[in-house]
Amino acid sequence: MALFDNPFDARRRFARGGCSCGAHETQAAHEAARPTGDAAIERAVEATMMRALFPHQAERRAFLRSVGLSTAAAAVSQFLPTKFVAEAFAEAGKPEKTDLKVGFIPITCATPIIMAKPMGFYEKQGLNVDVVKTAGWAVVRDKTLNKEYDAAHMLAPMPLAITMGLGSNPVPFAVPAIENVNGQAICLANKHKDNRDPKNWKGFKLAIPFDYSNHNYLLRYYLAEHGIDPDTDVQLRSVPPPEMVANLRADNIDGFLAPDNVVQRAVYDGVGFIHILSKEIWDGHPCCSFSVAQDTIREMPNATAALLRAILQATAYASKTENRKEIAAAIAPANYLNQPVTVVEQVLTGTYADGLGSVKKDPKRVAFDPFPYESFAIWTLTQMKRWGQIKGDVDYAAVAKQVYRATDAARLMKQDGLTPPEATTKTFVVMGKTFDPAKPEEYLESFKIKRAS
Amino acid sequence: MQRTLSLRAGILSLALLALILLGWQVAVSGSARTEVMDPEYAALMGQTATTGKSAMPGPLDVGATIWKHLKDPFYDRGPNDKGIGVQLAYSIGRVALGYGLAVLVAIPVGFLIGMSPLMSRALDPYIQILKPVSPLAWMPLALYTIKDSSLSAIFVIFICSVWPMLINTVFGVAGTRKEWLNVARTLEVSPIRRAFTVILPAAAPTILTGMRISIGIAWLVIVAAEMLVGGTGIGYFVWNEWNNLSITNVITSILVIGLVGMVLDQLLARAQRLVTFPE
Repeated sequence: MALFDNPFDARRRFARGGCSCGAHETQAAHEAARPTGDAAIERAVEATMMRALFPHQAERRAFLRSVGLSTAAAAVSQFLPTKFVAEAFAEAGKPEKTDLKVGFIPITCATPIIMAKPMGFYEKQGLNVDVVKTAGWAVVRDKTLNKEYDAAHMLAPMPLAITMGLGSNPVPFAVPAIENVNGQAICLANKHKDNRDPKNWKGFKLAIPFDYSNHNYLLRYYLAEHGIDPDTDVQLRSVPPPEMVANLRADNIDGFLAPDNVVQRAVYDGVGFIHILSKEIWDGHPCCSFSVAQDTIREMPNATAALLRAILQATAYASKTENRKEIAAAIAPANYLNQPVTVVEQVLTGTYADGLGSVKKDPKRVAFDPFPYESFAIWTLTQMKRWGQIKGDVDYAAVAKQVYRATDAARLMKQDGLTPPEATTKTFVVMGKTFDPAKPEEYLESFKIKRAS
Repeated sequence: MQRTLSLRAGILSLALLALILLGWQVAVSGSARTEVMDPEYAALMGQTATTGKSAMPGPLDVGATIWKHLKDPFYDRGPNDKGIGVQLAYSIGRVALGYGLAVLVAIPVGFLIGMSPLMSRALDPYIQILKPVSPLAWMPLALYTIKDSSLSAIFVIFICSVWPMLINTVFGVAGTRKEWLNVARTLEVSPIRRAFTVILPAAAPTILTGMRISIGIAWLVIVAAEMLVGGTGIGYFVWNEWNNLSITNVITSILVIGLVGMVLDQLLARAQRLVTFPE
């Protein structure tokens, strides 16, 4: 089936010779009749979803024949994100609602979301935002799906997972801004001070914050590059960040790849040391995202746009290293991160104790770049597929475009006098290997250790 | 004799307390060996790492923290930082709502079931299956269906505290002495009057026992539920301090939770004594 064909058509085959639907004499005539523009993208998303739902053609055809075309279309579109947010981020208008709630997890990744409150970025947009601390990723997800939160701090892969219905009902989500890049680290228990080669890590118990996190994918990537199969050679556990340090102290785990202040806190309390920063795996990787349900954007485009403007401004402010000390002091109190100021400061300024007795200086330890490159989403999708979280074919570009709202972010950034990057995708290097977002399948093929067939 | 016994018990209690506090202080006062650090590095590290001070606070630290909380229990510095008094008020409010609902449902329903041996037998398996379910197991279901976290917390308290009351009410009502019922029948008392003047007083002690078990459960549940849904309440306070790895505050809240639980239990114990009758 070609990308833009109607996936609800039972007669259509995914693989074909000649015209795929049989209605046109030649493939050229078929191509000419295809939808264009937004409709084309919508169709592409539908096709991806149908492929994900029915990996086997026989099942899809049987389903369509038995329930009929329109029923199938209605049933599938009801819970699949086939409609677009389109031009939702309108010009600056009066917010539909000014009292908003934004959920966050107390880690430094949430810096822009948190600091925008005490430092007045929300207020400047005429919003009265409550930033609400939340106990874990699943709770953030559920409260955002429940509409208790208007927007939330989520791990960058979570909106992709939610949109595709992995681990929850499929609800179309959008990532109009990334919060931070880098700013994570692999932290190991002090007893492993002399065991720094991952090849010797067989049997380790390692913690990650959530299954759908770049922490998970980066750690798996790192281990696999060193010949360790993350599914069979080590045990990976999903542990909420606050519990990680306690577990490390109790010797329940050997280490973790975790968001910062957690890593620095382990060093501060003398239970662990920093093995490598995540930027040594992929310099410039996205970690957390500012996420909104596409429904919310549609319902109150002006309020979400104002919210996003505040986040973009805060992120721009946080990206300047000279402001970092001030930010650390603003977000460390009990109402926000509830951490000693020096811990937050070490993370944000990049002058930190590594737990091995030396002071390191790396001003790029964490960076703030709000631009949601579609290629970030595509990379994440390749890893989701690599480790078997997604089965079947994935239309990488379409899902990425739908969730990571690079174009919307660029428009808002321009309106606010910030400079967005020219392109919405870019290539980058992960552990010496270049990722080309145009060729995700080939990238996936190139890995030796993977679950995807 | 009675007086000297309680006096001796009191003295023993105090001695135990002193012993525990002393042992605690001794256990945490030792400092571990530390490596020599250069001052620039040491400035970035916590006390546990630099001075070898135990991560576990001593009774003096906890005492100071309790005093700090008691001095200003009702402050409000934004949605994520409120005084311990405010947090307790939220928790008690939630327990009151969930538990109140449970009382309203369990006692009338228990009455009806208890008066009919058939219903009593028929519903027993359901009650037995639902009774031992942990509050945390209900939570995802509640969040998913109710779609509101504070209502979910109240629902979870309700669903966990309803069973002991229900079972005890059924048991108490079914166990009303045959002679009393026969007397009522002989005097041709109307069913409603029989329920209120004969069965209710007879079953009251058992019902109150169920209520007392339930309030204990409700108070256990609220802490777990609030740790999960977050926002406000003493459970959230514990979680937030755990997040900060502040064992001092966690111990403080353990004491406070225990204290409030005891007060709630004692209130119902009083009520129970009021309705108990000598056979």
